[in-house]
Amino acid sequence: MSTERSSRRDFLRASLPGAALLWTGGVAGSLATVEPVAAESGAAAGRSRVVVARDEQLRGAGASPASSIDSNRVLALLDRAMQALFGQEHPLAPVDAWRRLVHPGERVGLKVNTLGGRGISTNVQLVAAICERLQQAGVKPADIVIWDRDTGELERAGFHLAMGGDRVQCFGTDRVGYEVELSAYGSVGSLLSKILTQRCGALINLPVLKDHDGAGVTIALKNMYGVIHNPNKYHPNGCNPYVADVNMLPEIRSRMRLTICDATTAMYEGGPGYKPEHSWNANALLVSTDPVALDSTGWQMIERKRAEKGLKTLTAEKRAPSYIVTAADADHRLGTNDPRKISVVEV
Amino acid sequence: MFCELNAWEAGKGPRPLDRRLFLKCALASGAALGIGGAARPAAAIPSGAATGSEDDARFVVEAKFYEKLPNRKIKCKLCPRECAVGDKERGYCGVRENRGGTYYSLVHSRVAAAHVDPIEKKPLFHYLPGTNAFSLGTAGCNVNCKFCQNWDISQSRPEEVPAQYAPPQRVAELAKQYDCPTIAYTYSEPVVFAEYVMDAADAGHAAGVRSIVVSNGYMQEESLKAAYGKMDAVKIDLKSFSESYYSKVVTGQLKPVLDSLVTLRKLGKWTEIVYLVLPTLNDSDQEFRGLAQWIKANLGPDVPLHFTQFHPEYLLKNLPITPVPTLERAKAIADAEGLHYVYIGNVPGHPAQNTYCPKCRKMLVERVGFTASKVLIRKNCCPFCQQPIPGVWHA
Repeated sequence: MSTERSSRRDFLRASLPGAALLWTGGVAGSLATVEPVAAESGAAAGRSRVVVARDEQLRGAGASPASSIDSNRVLALLDRAMQALFGQEHPLAPVDAWRRLVHPGERVGLKVNTLGGRGISTNVQLVAAICERLQQAGVKPADIVIWDRDTGELERAGFHLAMGGDRVQCFGTDRVGYEVELSAYGSVGSLLSKILTQRCGALINLPVLKDHDGAGVTIALKNMYGVIHNPNKYHPNGCNPYVADVNMLPEIRSRMRLTICDATTAMYEGGPGYKPEHSWNANALLVSTDPVALDSTGWQMIERKRAEKGLKTLTAEKRAPSYIVTAADADHRLGTNDPRKISVVEV
Repeated sequence: MFCELNAWEAGKGPRPLDRRLFLKCALASGAALGIGGAARPAAAIPSGAATGSEDDARFVVEAKFYEKLPNRKIKCKLCPRECAVGDKERGYCGVRENRGGTYYSLVHSRVAAAHVDPIEKKPLFHYLPGTNAFSLGTAGCNVNCKFCQNWDISQSRPEEVPAQYAPPQRVAELAKQYDCPTIAYTYSEPVVFAEYVMDAADAGHAAGVRSIVVSNGYMQEESLKAAYGKMDAVKIDLKSFSESYYSKVVTGQLKPVLDSLVTLRKLGKWTEIVYLVLPTLNDSDQEFRGLAQWIKANLGPDVPLHFTQFHPEYLLKNLPITPVPTLERAKAIADAEGLHYVYIGNVPGHPAQNTYCPKCRKMLVERVGFTASKVLIRKNCCPFCQQPIPGVWHA
């Protein structure tokens, strides 16, 4: 217990400037029992579950749209989402949901998305909440790495560089580089971040929910462009089939466990760069083990907001995210985009 | 210490340039700078990998060829791809970035590879034979050839590749220092560092050093005229004579490259063409014949054409080395179509590396490896029958 608390504080001190110290005593419990990883894994389960957890008070009552989210509330929201995803048959304590996902001694990578700066990046408070639960599930702080392509972008999004020591790690691929041997699948041949290959046994994908001028949307699947050295080569043709092919790279696919999409702030137009005029506070998390189902659900959320704002659909604008269809096809089977096979659970 | 230049041109032959070796040599030799003239040119570029953001600022200049669009987007006008790039994004080449609606090159003076090479290695066979070219390249490329020999720099973004700062003036000085009558822009794809090419060419010309470029020619006409208009000679990699191949293997288009060749012809630039022959992919009689006929009809019979041997690399390791008989078949077809100077490249010792008079058939330039061991041409003519031999044979 003391180690967890200490690590939690170290993490907060190192990576969360200004964040209120958060302690939710009593939930860590025993680490003796390790549950198997959830059986519900994308298309293999036949029906994919996407949890959409909302909290309209995430920023506090009467808060301005630009204000930061509340750490306690985002932890509670995360717990609700994870319980709904993993405890649909038998209610689970939050930490038990995580125990279905990770094992003590595992090295866990949290791939955030920080291209949009403080305006629209994976929230530091959400990442802190995930680290909290991972540690309670038995993962050592130093075995957790928060990462993205570039350390400067991480810092601009509010994270603090942390390399070495017993604390949660946080740095960009620029600090360690890429593997020298290519990884290839289909149309893609890329070098992979050494953070993925050398520091992550399990990968948790933490994208944001955004419109993308070329790809249509950028959510879970496209966030993996931040793992490869040459994403610029894979933007033609609406990123199709490249996004699907990147997610098929064995080093990525074998590690992927879960996607938690930070839709506390989302963008319906003008992405991927942050455009405050096209953003809204969706105050939501989308959670699933099926990234294709999650992307399909997120896409529809963006479409609903576009309709509300009087904008054309992405299909009408000839930039529907066709890579989602490809990701679900027989050559990829990364998940399902069939609405009849997706259970969207609102909590 | 000499950095082994066992390099063949980018995407145009076997083992072109070992970036790691280059950097190792360059950085290791950096300490030797200032202690005499022993340091090789790569080392002569100020050492130290440029990785920090403060260093990065040195390499950033506004791009010359683009249009501003609404909502801080831009459209790149450098190559036919015409990337529409949103704020904070990069074009396909990976070395140009939209920052708040202004488009920037990130690779001006950012040299990822530099060597002194024989000009025959470009290859340019009819341009100052027997001389050396001060050769350099940056990260980035506007296509993605599955056979690229230099993919580790051409298919990388600049921040992923250790580099050294070499402003245009310095490049010109180095070329003179190492007795190179030319600066060669090569290794990756000079299209993507066009601003640097233009500025270095100006600096070189002011210092009496010429410029040559080794390029895929996948460029818009305006940018081609502006950038390659400053060149003294050009080598174009015509990777195939098939749109399908360009689409599948190169990730580009054939037509704009053919247009570029015609434009270069109109500009009066000395131009040579390399065709890398890949077994089963671009080695049919029909394609060789179509290529030769197009060259003769649009550029004339005197444009040198080099059929070069492929060695497995990058994403095409499953193919074998091009058999020499395939290259000889390509040459025979091009010869029969009436081209005067058809060479076989990357096959050391092959007689088709030499230049022969198209009239009397006597050998005029003998090449051993990348060395022009014998140059018999006098006053741009065959010394045996006085047939004019096109090219720039003497400085």
